[in-house]
Amino acid sequence: MDLLDYAFMQRALLAAVLVGVTAPAIGTYLVQRRQAVMGDGIGHVAMTGVALGFLLNASPVWMATLVAVIGAVGMELIRSRGKTSGDIALAMLFYGGLAGGVMIINLAPGGSTANLTSYLFGSITTVSAEDVTAVVILAAFVIAVTLGLRRQLFAVCQDEEFARVTGLPVRFLNLLIAVTAAVTVTVAMRIVGLLLVSAMMVIPVAAAQRVTRGFTATLSVAMVIGVLVSLSGTTLTYYIDAPSGGTIVLLAIGVFMVMTALSTPLARRRANAARAAEEVCTRDDVKV
Amino acid sequence: MESQPAEAADQPVISLRGATASLGSRPVLRGVDLTVRRGEVVALLGANGSGKSTAVRAIVGQVPLSDGELALFGTDFNRFRAWSRIGYVPQRTTAASGVPATVREVVSSGRLARSRFGVLRKSDKAAVERALALVDMSQYADASVNALSGGQHQRVLIARALAVEPELLIMDEPMAGVDLANQEVLANALREQVAAGSTVLLVLHELGPLEPLIDRAVVLRDGCVVHDGPPPEAVGQHALPGHDHVHPHAAHGAEPLRTGLLS
Repeated sequence: MDLLDYAFMQRALLAAVLVGVTAPAIGTYLVQRRQAVMGDGIGHVAMTGVALGFLLNASPVWMATLVAVIGAVGMELIRSRGKTSGDIALAMLFYGGLAGGVMIINLAPGGSTANLTSYLFGSITTVSAEDVTAVVILAAFVIAVTLGLRRQLFAVCQDEEFARVTGLPVRFLNLLIAVTAAVTVTVAMRIVGLLLVSAMMVIPVAAAQRVTRGFTATLSVAMVIGVLVSLSGTTLTYYIDAPSGGTIVLLAIGVFMVMTALSTPLARRRANAARAAEEVCTRDDVKV
Repeated sequence: MESQPAEAADQPVISLRGATASLGSRPVLRGVDLTVRRGEVVALLGANGSGKSTAVRAIVGQVPLSDGELALFGTDFNRFRAWSRIGYVPQRTTAASGVPATVREVVSSGRLARSRFGVLRKSDKAAVERALALVDMSQYADASVNALSGGQHQRVLIARALAVEPELLIMDEPMAGVDLANQEVLANALREQVAAGSTVLLVLHELGPLEPLIDRAVVLRDGCVVHDGPPPEAVGQHALPGHDHVHPHAAHGAEPLRTGLLS
């Protein structure tokens, strides 16, 4: 395969594998607690970080990580208050982050919103060696948290009140989920792009759910789908010269549709079995 | 009234004194006293909005007390860390979430109170299997909770609490939306727990099949205790077990639904 002869493609494919593993891994927990849009919000906030990187002549990846983590912690604090006004506060944070990014990038010497395009939609040619180092370190953190603490995170996302009464440090774990989601956003930023990163957190999980019954199975299948689509999307981008983020996300949606089609007969059979079971139950009840 | 010296045997498992709590600006508990001793089965009864659920959630630290004292197993609540002694069944109509999970996975999460680092050893797995068997859900262990009926959801939530192997079982409306057949299963599970020496505090809308198990009933009205003694028998209050309580269940059972119509 000649594409592996290019150093930039080696870096892009390595970054793609790490995106494919990490985004669905943290995404499974976000979907579990019905917080699927959180990744989208963090992606918006991370824009300010990228722009700050340009302005301060610092690494956009590390600046984006810093700002995204601060934003995600803010979102978690708003969420944990559970106020109805939280929705509005989150919207302020999302769009404030996006608007801040657009403003700051234009203040940077020679900067314009054009600089942001590759960060918004992903680009395989721009993954620098320095980026790869950052992405590997950040991805290792995400994998350690999402797999190493999966029983604790599962409990917290399944039933927060119950988790608190088992004595788990729920507040800490919630903050950890937020920070991990933020870190994942910056892992995915170079390949998938900030506007599409949330898709990689959600779509592989949704696709996996079509065929799985358990949590560990969903987590594993989602990660496999994530790696498959991000690797094939990155490779395809090499030949067709399109933004990698769009290609990867469209492939993920394709996988979702195929799995939905495949699983429909399965789901129908399960629904029939469940209905049959309920009919038996009803007759029992009448007897009682 | 003040914290007693450590005298394990005769110490109340739950000691709530003069508890007041508010949700928003609305006072929900207005000076509630509740003592549960070792081995007792206490039912907390009352109409909707009487504060019974808030009282239970305050006891497990989910609602802050604005005044009053709370001690669990003789330890002041602020210093209480022995969560593995408590099995908690929060008020839920479903054990499902946004991602599929098997019955065993949900029940295993109860075990985290004992296996803090999340590694399930042989003894943990055995406890999970025992809990599943207690609520008669072993045959569904690998099924997705999304595929269960309402009564089975409650059985899973109770198994999750039993997996802790608790000394004290606290249940918030475990019978809500559960048909009679499932209520019998739950009553059997509870009977075995009580026979093994567990202490139980449960919020109920009506006593139902659990009636023979209940040692004492505490009735709340508008955030105050109005009765603390033997379970009331067929009094005229609509929140208490009435003579007609069988009929709504039969009607409910005939039309299987997942959510608690009765709650």
